[in-house]
Amino acid sequence: MADEIRIGVFVCDCGSNIAGYLDVKELAEYAKTLPNVVFVRENLYTCSESGINEIKAAIKEQNLNRVVVASCTPRTHEPLFRGTCAEADLNPYLFEMVNIRDQCSWVHMQEREEGTNKAKDLIRMGVAKAALLEPQQDIQSEVDQRAMVLGGGISGMTAAMALANRGYEVTLVEKAPELGGLLLKLDKLAPADIDAPELARQQAELVRGNPNIKVYTGTTVEEVQGYIGHFKITVNTDGVQQQLPAGIIIVATGADVLRPVGLFGYDGERVINQLELEQRFRTGAFRAKHVVMIQCAGARIEERKYCSRICCMVAIKNAIEIKKRSPETTVHILYRDIQAYGVENEVLFQRAKELGVLFIKYDPARPPVVEAGRVVVHHELLGRDLDLPQDLVVLSTPLIAGEDNVKISKLLRVSLDANKFFLEGHVKLKPLDFATDGIYLCGNAHYPATVREAISQALGAASRASIPLAKGVMTVEPIVSTLVDEDACRGCGLCVALCPYGALEIVRTEKGRKVRVIPVACKGCGVCAATCYQHALTVNSYTDEQITQQISAFLSA
Amino acid sequence: MLKKARYVNQDLCTGCGSCAEKCPSLVVDAYNVGLGWRKAIYKYFPQGIPSVFTIDAPNCRQLGQGKKCGVCAKVCQAKAIDYEQKDEVVEIEAGAVILATGYEVFDPSVIPEYGYDRIANVVTAMEFERLLSASGPTAGHLDRPSDIAMERELEELEKEHKKVSRQVKQLEEKCGKTSQEAAEMLKACAFIEGVDLQAWVDLAARAEQMEKRIAHLKEKASSFQTAKKIAFIQCVGSRDFRFNRFCSSYCCMHSVKEAMIANEHDSEVRSTIFCMDLRAVGRNFEEYKVRGGKQSNIQYIRGRVAEITEDEAHNPVVWYESTTSRQVVHEVFDMVVLATACIPSAGTPELARILEVELDQNGFFKTHPLAPLNTSRPGVFVCGCAQGPMDIPESVAQASSAAARAAEAVSVRKAVG
Repeated sequence: MADEIRIGVFVCDCGSNIAGYLDVKELAEYAKTLPNVVFVRENLYTCSESGINEIKAAIKEQNLNRVVVASCTPRTHEPLFRGTCAEADLNPYLFEMVNIRDQCSWVHMQEREEGTNKAKDLIRMGVAKAALLEPQQDIQSEVDQRAMVLGGGISGMTAAMALANRGYEVTLVEKAPELGGLLLKLDKLAPADIDAPELARQQAELVRGNPNIKVYTGTTVEEVQGYIGHFKITVNTDGVQQQLPAGIIIVATGADVLRPVGLFGYDGERVINQLELEQRFRTGAFRAKHVVMIQCAGARIEERKYCSRICCMVAIKNAIEIKKRSPETTVHILYRDIQAYGVENEVLFQRAKELGVLFIKYDPARPPVVEAGRVVVHHELLGRDLDLPQDLVVLSTPLIAGEDNVKISKLLRVSLDANKFFLEGHVKLKPLDFATDGIYLCGNAHYPATVREAISQALGAASRASIPLAKGVMTVEPIVSTLVDEDACRGCGLCVALCPYGALEIVRTEKGRKVRVIPVACKGCGVCAATCYQHALTVNSYTDEQITQQISAFLSA
Repeated sequence: MLKKARYVNQDLCTGCGSCAEKCPSLVVDAYNVGLGWRKAIYKYFPQGIPSVFTIDAPNCRQLGQGKKCGVCAKVCQAKAIDYEQKDEVVEIEAGAVILATGYEVFDPSVIPEYGYDRIANVVTAMEFERLLSASGPTAGHLDRPSDIAMERELEELEKEHKKVSRQVKQLEEKCGKTSQEAAEMLKACAFIEGVDLQAWVDLAARAEQMEKRIAHLKEKASSFQTAKKIAFIQCVGSRDFRFNRFCSSYCCMHSVKEAMIANEHDSEVRSTIFCMDLRAVGRNFEEYKVRGGKQSNIQYIRGRVAEITEDEAHNPVVWYESTTSRQVVHEVFDMVVLATACIPSAGTPELARILEVELDQNGFFKTHPLAPLNTSRPGVFVCGCAQGPMDIPESVAQASSAAARAAEAVSVRKAVG
């Protein structure tokens, strides 16, 4: 920049939060001695109306072209001060914030002198960087207001309808020949005694009848290009490929039920899993006088550590169903813990006991042994072995990650957890979003869920997805990765592989393979810039030069 | 809606805290479940939104007690204090309503055998969370409530003793005699003109008594230790035919978490969790629970605690049967934490009446099995613990779900059919 740099520094007392622990007067005096600083002001509260007005007045009267505020955390007040600069016709990205509260006064409350010296260092560094800041413009990107839902089970159908009912066009892709997912294979849902396949068919009818939803069954996803607001998904139906556009994607691809070959003598005939039991209910093939159910068959063990959440209640539901059909049939449930969590399930657990279902606790160190005609189990509470007669053993097996999860995670560039279920952006605060913008998650694809939970999550994912759809335009801060030296870029792709947000891609240019940044997807984390050994990439407002100058400024004390 | 007066102008207050610093009135802090103090002008908790202060009028000298004060208004640089502020009735028209009114914690005083009311070192999980919190009343140190109470008694006594011994000294100087001499004079039925000998001797005796008690408490306090051996009792008020039959879903996990964090703070802490089933059903919960057992000195015992008694050192003694070893045992702990049930908040029935929605048999807002966000009234939705106990990820997810439903209800873009 040819013009003279004129920096205004505003040092905040923050009431007593800073002034009570640091010598703010000294900091203000010190700031005056720094290079390029032409104006310094100490404020009681820089964020107050009077403080804001002072900044605006100073920008105009002193012709400031950079502003530094030394106060609290940018997390709360950076947008405010940037806005203030903008109101005074100064580009908001010519503003730098120095945190001398959370990162200084608050952690050095008993060290006034050292704290003040540290604040001086921080201000000196902030001023050094401010001198090198360049004006930036917010990045705008239009959002394709169409949605894509992957998976046509209860989650996918619910999410699709939630968006369609608000007027958005939705494409629903399902790899099976018909909609319905796992519901089609179940018998009844407890406690309301709902017929599962019937529910699936009703929902499918609603989906097909909704003019805003286009359904593709027998269809798989082959390729996904683009980013939030601009996805292009290539699907394959019977060998025919098409490219479908969408602004957002919802992953509702469900999970599979484990068939525990090698465990407890599983053979699909005499030793079956709960899904197979429910199918026997439907076909009339259920006929047993002595049923033994074994919980945690293939779950909560070394090879598969998680608890599959729903299997205890599935077993209880099916045990009650058996007792309803033939009250004389003995039913034993061998368990480790009964996971009847929540408001409704204890009632069912109680009901099962009233109907004569017997619950036997076993120690995972001494699992039950299935033999012809009997199950031998060490009753943990009685302290002795029991010989239970059986003509049918039902294993409660966990839901396992869908076989396509790895493929889909690669196509979408989203994360999987250790068990290959899809991983949400934040376990507490973003349970339905992926870390990658524009892609959302619900149902069994995320983690085993009951039908009720799946419906709830699907609505939630639709809600999250509707935010960018409703806005129609995405505005992104320009603090993003930028290719500053195209010649230096060798197209090695290391940055692309490391980017957690799918914000980089390698493209063919006349100069060969080069990286291209997708600003809308970039979060400015800096991993790419730190990785690039050619220094071809840098992050706006955190350039190599700016950071180097900050370090020099620090060392020049 | 009734918007209660805050007596602080929300738009001017910067949340700086100068007012609370100078406020002379101390109030028992409900946020720290009665374990700490706050001022009459206060922020409910440090990270609260909006980040502004409120005056607790009944406890304010000026507003509630008719005394002259006004200190907060004097020190407030933003001129945000407004003693004249009035309650406001606000009317809003809406196409959809979302209930997110949360829950309350079950009060275990109704379970006499756990001794919550009698035994200082039996606390609820919420109280334990505050004790464990770095921003709580003990700055994160697991000080035992009995020790805290004794330290408070010591503080009060020392203050009182200072006052009394000053009075005694004044009398001694005035009359030129020691208290001992005064006692002898009293016995000999002598008197000093204008001096109440009896009162003096009584004062001196009281001072001596206080000194003894102070010495005793100081000796005790010198050997005070933070809690090292902790018992967690699950299903307090849940899964209980006497109180709530349902399972509160999250308490098994928060007990494991609290035990692990306590062990993180102090590696000498060992915990025992008494449960029927240890419900770790969320993502990574089972792994977390197992890790707690292996790395954080947590023992899981299947058994319901029959009774908690107290020994002379204020240690809770837990009587239980370990159902897997079939032994009836009693064990001394430093502290017992009761994992209390999640119950509908007290205002729920009234809110249900006003909004004309149904409650289920447990008192939570009733929802349909396949429409988990819908109440019995179209357009009114519910999310989170207001409909039943659930943990944070589920509550956050449900919040989005309720928003989706509400958005549909007020959506301008209507679908055909």
